[in-house]
Amino acid sequence: MSSLVPLLVALPLIGAAITLVFGRRRRLQVAVSVVTLTAVLVIASILLVAVDQGAPIAVSVGGWPIPFGIVLYVDPLAALLVLVSSIVLIAVLLFSIGQGAADGDEETPVSIFYPSYLILAAGIFNAFIAGDLFNLYVGFEILLVASYVLITLGSTESRIRTGVVYIVVSLVSSILFLSAIAAIYASLGTVNMAQIAQRMGELPQDVQLVLHMLLLVAFSIKAAVFPLSFWLPDSYPTAPAPVTAVFAGLLTKVGVYAIIRTETQIFPNSDVNMLLMVIALATMIVGVLGAVAQAELKRILSFTLVSHVGYMIFGLAIGTALSYGATIYYIVHHIIVQTTLFLAVGLVERRAGSTSILRVKGLMRAAPVIAVLYFIPAVNLGGLPPFSGFIGKFALFEAAAEVGTPLMMVLIVGGIVTSLLTLYALMRAWNLSFWREEEDSSETEARIAHLGRATGATVETERRAIPRIMTAATGGMVAVTVALTIFAGPLLEICLRAGEVLTHPVTITQIDEGAAP
Amino acid sequence: MTVSLVLVIVMGALFACGVYAMLERSLTRVLIGFLLLGNAANLLLLIVMGRPGIAPFFGSGDPAEMSDPLPQALTLTAIVITFAISAFMLALIYRSWQLGQADTVMDDEEDVALRERSVQAEDAMDDEGTSDGDAPTDFVGVDTAPITVLHSRDFPGLRDDAPTDTPRRPRSGGGDA
Repeated sequence: MSSLVPLLVALPLIGAAITLVFGRRRRLQVAVSVVTLTAVLVIASILLVAVDQGAPIAVSVGGWPIPFGIVLYVDPLAALLVLVSSIVLIAVLLFSIGQGAADGDEETPVSIFYPSYLILAAGIFNAFIAGDLFNLYVGFEILLVASYVLITLGSTESRIRTGVVYIVVSLVSSILFLSAIAAIYASLGTVNMAQIAQRMGELPQDVQLVLHMLLLVAFSIKAAVFPLSFWLPDSYPTAPAPVTAVFAGLLTKVGVYAIIRTETQIFPNSDVNMLLMVIALATMIVGVLGAVAQAELKRILSFTLVSHVGYMIFGLAIGTALSYGATIYYIVHHIIVQTTLFLAVGLVERRAGSTSILRVKGLMRAAPVIAVLYFIPAVNLGGLPPFSGFIGKFALFEAAAEVGTPLMMVLIVGGIVTSLLTLYALMRAWNLSFWREEEDSSETEARIAHLGRATGATVETERRAIPRIMTAATGGMVAVTVALTIFAGPLLEICLRAGEVLTHPVTITQIDEGAAP
Repeated sequence: MTVSLVLVIVMGALFACGVYAMLERSLTRVLIGFLLLGNAANLLLLIVMGRPGIAPFFGSGDPAEMSDPLPQALTLTAIVITFAISAFMLALIYRSWQLGQADTVMDDEEDVALRERSVQAEDAMDDEGTSDGDAPTDFVGVDTAPITVLHSRDFPGLRDDAPTDTPRRPRSGGGDA
């Protein structure tokens, strides 16, 4: 079983090499990409079943002893996230195949897109199964460098402009992370997470706090936690639709995952939970207020993305097994739903030639399929029952209410307000873009005129045909969001067990035993 | 663990210079800042190695006298990553220059929108006409959106003498590589 673990990273890298060599043969590139990611999906499912019923798996790559060798560590959380990521990556890949086939090389320069995409996948998987901090750093760098290429794809003026901000911010966070690793090695003599956890208690409190904050700041930039979220709403919307979708779904979650590992494994009994609570509340409220002020669909979604990262930090800060489980369920739900919404907006952009909710109208009549594909994930993200967004938030609030301090109550109220405001922002977009008739009354125009000055409110692109495979990919993702709701019971149980595992961090002796041949 | 004070001071200076250069508007300077920061972090990794010893080859001597090999491995990896990113940044800067934008970090779209909104609001409220010299911040007020930094330099009363590298001639249609 443990021999399967390194394949999660090796397969996409091999796939990237093959697609790079055969840059001119698009069909082969597509086939290799799909086969690679499907193989990862299968391996991740096998691993999830194995670690969910048995113990977490730890693999020392190359047989080097800790702390010299690299340890890959798969617990239910890592396996579940790899599984969900591979589903998302496959769906977005199909979507981009449709887009590339319809547009030719213009939007997605074909020879570079697939290798970068697979390297991005390898980086994401590597970050999820990293058992030591430096491997986590390398995973981050792999996915970040691939994301630099993807976000500036086509190198148009606007993409360069926003790409520069994204890249510079990511570089700063990487340097902080690297410095944190150096500081940890200086004080503890290891970069292995289990060993760090074991030795951390011997350090003085103030040194612990410095190390903790260095890691938290570095990861918070990547996870787009307020006030370090400023870069996200500017850099995501200009990238091509499939790229934005996969970034929104996965990249911030890798940051959140790193924060979870920091909090549960390295600093299990820290006293920064109060700080995290306040930050979570600020992230939720500020993010969603940003979404309300926007008039462009991709920007609205980018701001809700920031705001919903707040829920995950909230769940983490509660710090009980139940809250960890609820957080994991919420992360799974949010990866799927946010990606689906961005894909649906990608369809809107092609159909209507704009993503401004002031410009687009009458889509309900003109494109009922897109309307359905937008509506279901939108109410899901807004947290209406019976969808998974409601279940995830309910589980979080239940975990918070169990602790029951006044601050928890404040956060629950904040969470509910955020949820309602998210619903407001998304339903206003629905009313204007889908429900509004083509021949609009001047009264409505006057009522929404104040939005006209928002960024991107007047941007128009050309209308394009929508290949069937793009609709099918989005429809498949919508089906997955519905499945999250229908199979919420079993899924939530897996998540709760994964949360339970997080409360007993793995020890160094367990890793030694797990790594034995 | 004993460390060399000189190395620590050099590292601190590199970090400080790197942060300073990164705050510049010119992308080339940002890149230099990033290189300095990257080298500072690499130096930090070397410092945590502790007292240097003999080369850590297996069987070549007493392990107690050897240098710690792990930070060296980490530093090598970090150097490779920094190298790749610098190459990418250079390509990006060249492309930005090619597009006629100079090698500067562009204004944030949202900031531009906000700035214009406040200018409009001020105009609406205040008929007395404030002089241009009152421009309070670096956010250069211009009427055109989306703005380019080249235009914003024309704003009267604002002195921005940060040197930037601008393309000599406007971009011709098919000139892209």
